[in-house]
Amino acid sequence: MAGVTTKPKSHVSLEMGMHTEALAGRSQQRFFDISEENVGYGYPDAPDVDFNKRAEVDCAGREPRDINLEIRSLIRQGYGTIVLNNPGAKHSLAVGILNRLNLIIKGSCGYFACGLIDGPNVRISGRVGWACGENMLAGTIVIEKNAGSQFGAALRGGDLVCKGSVGGRTGVDQKGGTIIVGGDTGAFTGFMMQRGRMVICGDAGKNLGDSMYDGTIYIGGEPVSLGVDAVWAEMTAGDREWLARKLKIYDIKPAGGVDKFRKIVAGKQLWNYDNLEPSEKKLVL
Amino acid sequence: MCGIAGLIHRDGTANIGKEMTAMLLSLRHRGPDSTGYALYGGPGRNDYVMRFKVAEQEDTKKGFDIHDEIKRRRALVEERMKSLGVNVLAREDATEYAYRYRIQYDGDMKKLADFIEDVPKVEILSFGHALELIKDLGDAGVVSGQYRLDDFTGTHAIGHTRMATESDVDIRSAHPYWAYPYNDIAVVHNGQITNYWAMRREFERRGHRFMSNCDSELLAVYTAYNLDQGASLEDSLKESIDDIDGVFTYLVATKDQLGMAKDTMAAKPMVLYESDQLVALASEEVAIRSVIPHEIDTSDPYDGVVRVWQA
Repeated sequence: MAGVTTKPKSHVSLEMGMHTEALAGRSQQRFFDISEENVGYGYPDAPDVDFNKRAEVDCAGREPRDINLEIRSLIRQGYGTIVLNNPGAKHSLAVGILNRLNLIIKGSCGYFACGLIDGPNVRISGRVGWACGENMLAGTIVIEKNAGSQFGAALRGGDLVCKGSVGGRTGVDQKGGTIIVGGDTGAFTGFMMQRGRMVICGDAGKNLGDSMYDGTIYIGGEPVSLGVDAVWAEMTAGDREWLARKLKIYDIKPAGGVDKFRKIVAGKQLWNYDNLEPSEKKLVL
Repeated sequence: MCGIAGLIHRDGTANIGKEMTAMLLSLRHRGPDSTGYALYGGPGRNDYVMRFKVAEQEDTKKGFDIHDEIKRRRALVEERMKSLGVNVLAREDATEYAYRYRIQYDGDMKKLADFIEDVPKVEILSFGHALELIKDLGDAGVVSGQYRLDDFTGTHAIGHTRMATESDVDIRSAHPYWAYPYNDIAVVHNGQITNYWAMRREFERRGHRFMSNCDSELLAVYTAYNLDQGASLEDSLKESIDDIDGVFTYLVATKDQLGMAKDTMAAKPMVLYESDQLVALASEEVAIRSVIPHEIDTSDPYDGVVRVWQA
């Protein structure tokens, strides 16, 4: 893997507070060596697009694969703004887009909307089903209405925003990026969260942050309960400043402002990392 | 995986046969093995509709004398109905092996059901003033065409499209399940019930019958038992959250109600649309969109949620 270095002590993600401690031993942190001027780089074969060049796609009566192929074709033709009309809650719309793009979806999407994307800015005027933004690497997705379960599962980067309420297991296995929920979330939100930030303006279901390794959850309302090894932490002025700035970007105004938000982090009682291989462990034991 | 769907019109009747077919066709990818409907005609019918089958679809492809055997079984059912004072008003042959009878009967429902089902291979699919339960192999397009459901008018319906994971691909294991022996109650389910055998044995000891090895049938028997004990539909659904182990989302319909329950893990999907005129819910939003094309607000009910709507 060319261009991959190990930088456990100091990295831009640490400085940004995406996570708090360096891992050691077999679970090493590996980062792409991206210099400051190259942040926001594109893929080598990514077409150059013009955001003023706009195309509209009618999804009615079409298969998701067909629609996704048309999006790719339009990107190759240089279209930087694409509008999907009549999405009809179809599954797997706009997945795997590895390009700069303004994508506007007028209506609702089904499962796996905008999964595996790296770069586009997406606005969805309706609702999304399960696992929207799954494994997203970079870009933004803003949903105006509600979202289903597993919202932002394994999210790695970018901003994933739902202005309404979302289902259970939101941000399960989140590995980076930011998830923002304007309303409430369901049970097991932040389950096994590893990196990144989550902002919940409303209430959360039971077991919030269950078995989280790292990362930060901010909540404006009340969780039914905290999960195993999720603990309350002190809100700092930096936290509040970041929250206010982030919510302002997406025009989300939580009742009572950001002062009422509280912070949840990993208690790290479940951390069990060491430098030993399993075979070595046997010898030690 | 399986897909479930339900709808209830709160301001009168509609073509629920066509609507449910559209919803189930949208969910076809969740399970193409079999499709089932529980359709509720409008109120005010005094006679009963009984739907029953005397063989599985697969049976008709085996052996030389199966067609004569089917006739013999049907004749035996009619003979037994007559002996218990059932007045058959109309007969419809939906298929060679499944029938719709409109009947008059004022005797003991359980006695009638047990006597009919004592005929080998015979199963009553539904019995009631409002309920008509139709299920067969294939997707909703096939089943709707086979049973001519496109003109079915009524107030509410539940439906199921099945991917067989724990029992056979046959009509016996298809959903919905009628809550034997009670009028007008049917259940569809998406999930796995892990204390199925323990609870089944408990109910069998109390005299309840199971026609299949499908865990979803337990929910029909469980609901029937609770209602028989005087519980409301809402109470039964709430109790099931604690009593039933596993991951599940299920719908129950009675002659004038539609209810849903979701387990405490919320592992099985359900999307809900609610208005003063119509409530529609399904495993996926795409099914709701098939009957409501304009932009609407939908939501996912959370873990442990129970809801009941009145027709």
